[in-house]
Amino acid sequence: MSEQNQAKLAPEDEALAREHGLSPDEFARALAIVGRRPTKTELGIFGAMWSEHCSYKSSRNWLKKLPTEGSQVICGPGENAGVVDIGEGQALVFKMESHNHPSFIEPYQGAATGVGGIMRDVFTMGARPIANMNALRFGDPSHPLTRHLVAGVVAGIGDYGNCMGVPTVGGETNFHAAYNGNILVNAMTVGLADASRIFYSAAAGVGNPVVYVGSKTGRDGIKGAVMASDVFTEDSASQRPTVQVGDPFTEKLLLEACLELMETDAIVAIQDMGAAGLTSSSIEMAAKGKVGIDIDLDLVPQRETGMSAYEIMLSESQERMLIILKPGREADAAAIFRKWELDFAVIGRLTDTRRLILKRHGKVEADLPVDPLVDEAPRYNRPTEPTPPAERIRAADYPLPSPAATVLLKLVGCPDLASRRWIWEQYDSLVRGDTSAGPGEADAAIVRLPDSDRAIAITTDCTPRYCLADPETGGRQAVAEAWRNLTAAGARPIAVTDNMNFGSPERPRIMGQFALCIAGMSDACRALDFPVVSGNVSLYNETNGEPILPTPAIGAVGLVDDVHRVARIGFPAAGLAILLVGETKGEVGQSLYLREIYGKEIGAPPPVDLKAERRNGDFVREAISDGAVAACHDVSDGGLLVALAEMAMASGIGAKLALPSEPGLLFGEDQGRYIIVTAEARSLESKAAAAGVPVRRIGTTGGDVLSLEGDSAITVAALMVANESWLPNYMAGKD
Amino acid sequence: MQSAIIVFPGSNRERDAAVALRRATGREPLHIWHKDADFPKVDLIVIPGGFSYGDYLRCGAMAAHSPIMQEVKKRAQEGVPILGICNGFQILVEAQLLPGALLRNASLKFVCRKVKLTVERSDTIFTRRYNAGDVMSVPVAHGEGNFVADAETLARIEGEGLVAFRYVEDTNGSMNRIAGIFDPTKRILGLMPHPEDATDPLHGSTDGKALFAGLTEALAA
Repeated sequence: MSEQNQAKLAPEDEALAREHGLSPDEFARALAIVGRRPTKTELGIFGAMWSEHCSYKSSRNWLKKLPTEGSQVICGPGENAGVVDIGEGQALVFKMESHNHPSFIEPYQGAATGVGGIMRDVFTMGARPIANMNALRFGDPSHPLTRHLVAGVVAGIGDYGNCMGVPTVGGETNFHAAYNGNILVNAMTVGLADASRIFYSAAAGVGNPVVYVGSKTGRDGIKGAVMASDVFTEDSASQRPTVQVGDPFTEKLLLEACLELMETDAIVAIQDMGAAGLTSSSIEMAAKGKVGIDIDLDLVPQRETGMSAYEIMLSESQERMLIILKPGREADAAAIFRKWELDFAVIGRLTDTRRLILKRHGKVEADLPVDPLVDEAPRYNRPTEPTPPAERIRAADYPLPSPAATVLLKLVGCPDLASRRWIWEQYDSLVRGDTSAGPGEADAAIVRLPDSDRAIAITTDCTPRYCLADPETGGRQAVAEAWRNLTAAGARPIAVTDNMNFGSPERPRIMGQFALCIAGMSDACRALDFPVVSGNVSLYNETNGEPILPTPAIGAVGLVDDVHRVARIGFPAAGLAILLVGETKGEVGQSLYLREIYGKEIGAPPPVDLKAERRNGDFVREAISDGAVAACHDVSDGGLLVALAEMAMASGIGAKLALPSEPGLLFGEDQGRYIIVTAEARSLESKAAAAGVPVRRIGTTGGDVLSLEGDSAITVAALMVANESWLPNYMAGKD
Repeated sequence: MQSAIIVFPGSNRERDAAVALRRATGREPLHIWHKDADFPKVDLIVIPGGFSYGDYLRCGAMAAHSPIMQEVKKRAQEGVPILGICNGFQILVEAQLLPGALLRNASLKFVCRKVKLTVERSDTIFTRRYNAGDVMSVPVAHGEGNFVADAETLARIEGEGLVAFRYVEDTNGSMNRIAGIFDPTKRILGLMPHPEDATDPLHGSTDGKALFAGLTEALAA
């Protein structure tokens, strides 16, 4: 479908179309499908189902390019979450999802319900959530809203996950002025399921009961999906009523009740009511199962009186599920939900009409064919415009303005590298007792599988400034860094979930960023056997015409066979050799060194050589599983010296480094590199030589000082003060 | 030694407690749902961490008034030891099985971190495997662990030696850095930190193990 709007609408229809977020062409198409004047409820349903958020109308054609299959994939994109086989009869169910717009309008509830929503996506499929992660992007620290947004988002994420008893084990946080008017809150949940008992959403069985469980429906979050599919203006605060309100206690009950019901064989299909609530859940379940659905809205549990059909269908009240039960199992299921003190109501039946028919007070409020709402949703091949190529920067043009130690001190205390302790201490990272490496301890979070020696590794990664300068390299780098972080912890990477956050797809430059990021991601996923199994697209992230940085956040999981053989980042003892794995050319383009020291965000990001990435990573992972590695850390933001400082700060032990004070070597952000600490340097060096992996011995651990060649040195304690001070001081208003 | 864990709607650290108890006692603890009519005789009752009833009203307040707590009180009077961890401590305080109150952390923020505690006395069923003055490393994870009591109560708690554990460093604003207290019989213990999450080398500390081992030894039938 082309972009140009051919349809000319009467003025009153134009207003109606606008109210429901439909273009004139989309409105005309809806009229043609209905074949008469649609009711308000019907128009609301079209608006929600055809919103960018629900229909993926601008992104779908591009998303198809991502590899989604692999030997371990049980279920790829299209269900509530992705599912991968991890052997021994177990499966991981995981996904990352954005709640950007709501979190900007109302940070606490927006972030909380983002976490609640992604956990529901995971337990809907039969998995118990065992870990949460998040990827956050805030505006410039000096922007007047930033502090308030950080405080609200962190408290919202913490309160929801903490109450659910699901540990929040890690994540990432960036600050950049491009997010001043549009923050990003991407939440990820990983759940554990029995591989043979995954629950899907395709409705089946004409006559089967359609069951509503969970919280009552209220007037909160009405048209949230439409709001999330629009750009922001100054008066976005007036949209606060479109933000949902979370109740983690009810969700905890819903989780336990659903898992208890899933132990029976009563369920045919189940789906959570997320964006566009009852509308999208009922229509998607019916469309997937090729059936019709009749619902009596009078039977929907309601929190408020006098709700119209329109309000009930478009409410995004939280903590609700739609279930198709096997015939005659209503009483068994009702007993479980009664035990957990949750609403349970049979609100309708499946039919063979392939129509959605809604009644309210005995009157038909909507009678729509199901399939066109999904299959005939608009799809756009929007015009794209490439990002102009960026120039490679020569490190020699940007010499160290002061001793390396002084530069390092400034970098470890800058907003993007400062310790996130202030954030992660507000998250319960330990509940369930299986967290083996929590925030800041290893390059990926490590969570042991219950009652076993196996563990999973989880990471989220993206470097948006790279994506802006060169979207294809940025897309490739985001995937490669996720793969590298899992590897650096000692895990075998399995699969990816992606959360594509971009500006308005109606601008060719933004659509070009999207297309190129996908191309880079796709490349990396193929080269690293790292399929995408779930994801989410969030477009229109801009305010008053200012788009965010292109941010394809990657969440990824891996498997560790022996939880006792994982690598943490801290220097574990004195007297160990420090090896740098991978090649360093001194790529300072888009580096934090240039940004923080020279005030320049310029140049081409470091290139990503996927062959070298794979070769270096496979070498490191094998060395870890052989037990030859005492600590490991990938080299990313800030470069080599920052990575070494992070290893020193994690344990308090210093190092003597045989490194000259060259900016490209110390602060370049060349990809595909790891630092490993080992007592078996000789044997690792010869293995590396045999595998064609570049390895360089760069120093020895010990003492309480980090020193370089010449007299540049700094105490680990001073680094820790700089690193730990920035965020708490900033949040206390002491900057 | 047979233990039972009371589970309320919103409890969420019952599994952590169960794993620690199973490892220490070699027996699977019973899980008693707050509405279960059947509550067999046990040697130890544990009220686990979590957010019973969503922590609505006040932490632990609704659970403290649930019918099962009447039974817990009765068993306590009969001398059955009770261990309340985190939300369990809050419930014991709300049920007036322990004195004082637990307010919002002085920082007004949830705090999850490893902290150091001193063991105040070793002559109890809970602390017999420790020495008085031992410093143990265990995690905390709570938003409302700020222990307060009126001056008279605080004086009595200190005077009668009812402080079980103290934070080495101020963690949440608690008076006298109190992390856990006994009732006067020293058969009821409530504490905010999570010894059950310091029982495995992968937790980064096994200093909590001795609490469960000591209980198992003391209560061996």
